Amino acid sequence: MEKVLFIVLAVLAIGTALNVIFQRNPLYSALSLIGTLASLSALYLTLHAQFIAAIQIVVYAGAIMVLFLFVIMLLNVPKTQPVVEKHKALGFLAIPFAGAMIAEAFYVLKTLADKKITPAFAIDTTDRAVGTTWSVGYSLFTQYLLPFEVTSVLILMAVVGAMVLARREGD
Amino acid sequence: MIPLWWYLGLSSLLFTIGAVGVFIKRNAITIFLCIELMLNAVNLSLVAMSSYFGDIGGQLFVFIVMTVAAAEAAVGLAIIISIFRNRESLNVDEADTLRF
Repeated sequence: MEKVLFIVLAVLAIGTALNVIFQRNPLYSALSLIGTLASLSALYLTLHAQFIAAIQIVVYAGAIMVLFLFVIMLLNVPKTQPVVEKHKALGFLAIPFAGAMIAEAFYVLKTLADKKITPAFAIDTTDRAVGTTWSVGYSLFTQYLLPFEVTSVLILMAVVGAMVLARREGD
Repeated sequence: MIPLWWYLGLSSLLFTIGAVGVFIKRNAITIFLCIELMLNAVNLSLVAMSSYFGDIGGQLFVFIVMTVAAAEAAVGLAIIISIFRNRESLNVDEADTLRF
């Protein structure tokens, strides 16, 4: 049952991800990426990472992708672009590159496939287990407080940077 | 029980699709979408490791990655808007001089 759910979600994620790169119109690519993000969010739920699954939908599919769609519609880019654009050398390089990366990953994973790893969420089923909002919030405000505070400075820099860059000359 | 390597295999496939997209596309926005795809592939393997080994560090790292991705999207899209204003084109091969 679990494996069937995983396979359905994995096929959905890979299908929409392929649609992102084989779509001619960038608008459809962006909409397709939202499908990938949603299926990844469901996969996080199968891993008992409820908090990450929720912010995946709220932050990624909600905020970041809306920003992308907004910019695509604002710029009014040409509707259709070729799937594989000129600059052939890079396009031909992509196939051996992809082959090498997949081969490398599965060479490493082959050693992992024989090992029986019992997931931590199957043992610890309390409501303070890893992945719940309690556990994420607790470590975020104790052990990882400094990275959390630095993040706010980063966002401030991004806000100022985006305003300076997108401003029209002479305003 | 789903084996851990299924999640890591899916993550590597998604990462490869994103990397191939960066190779074959010349449109700045689509390349940006492919970068987001690669970030998400890495997030999946971090969350899988974190859940299987019971260490919250991986999920907090994903939290930070998402914040950085949001900041990166805001600044990157601002750069794309300002390049488009000056060149009327989103082709990354035409924007190769680091000034405009």
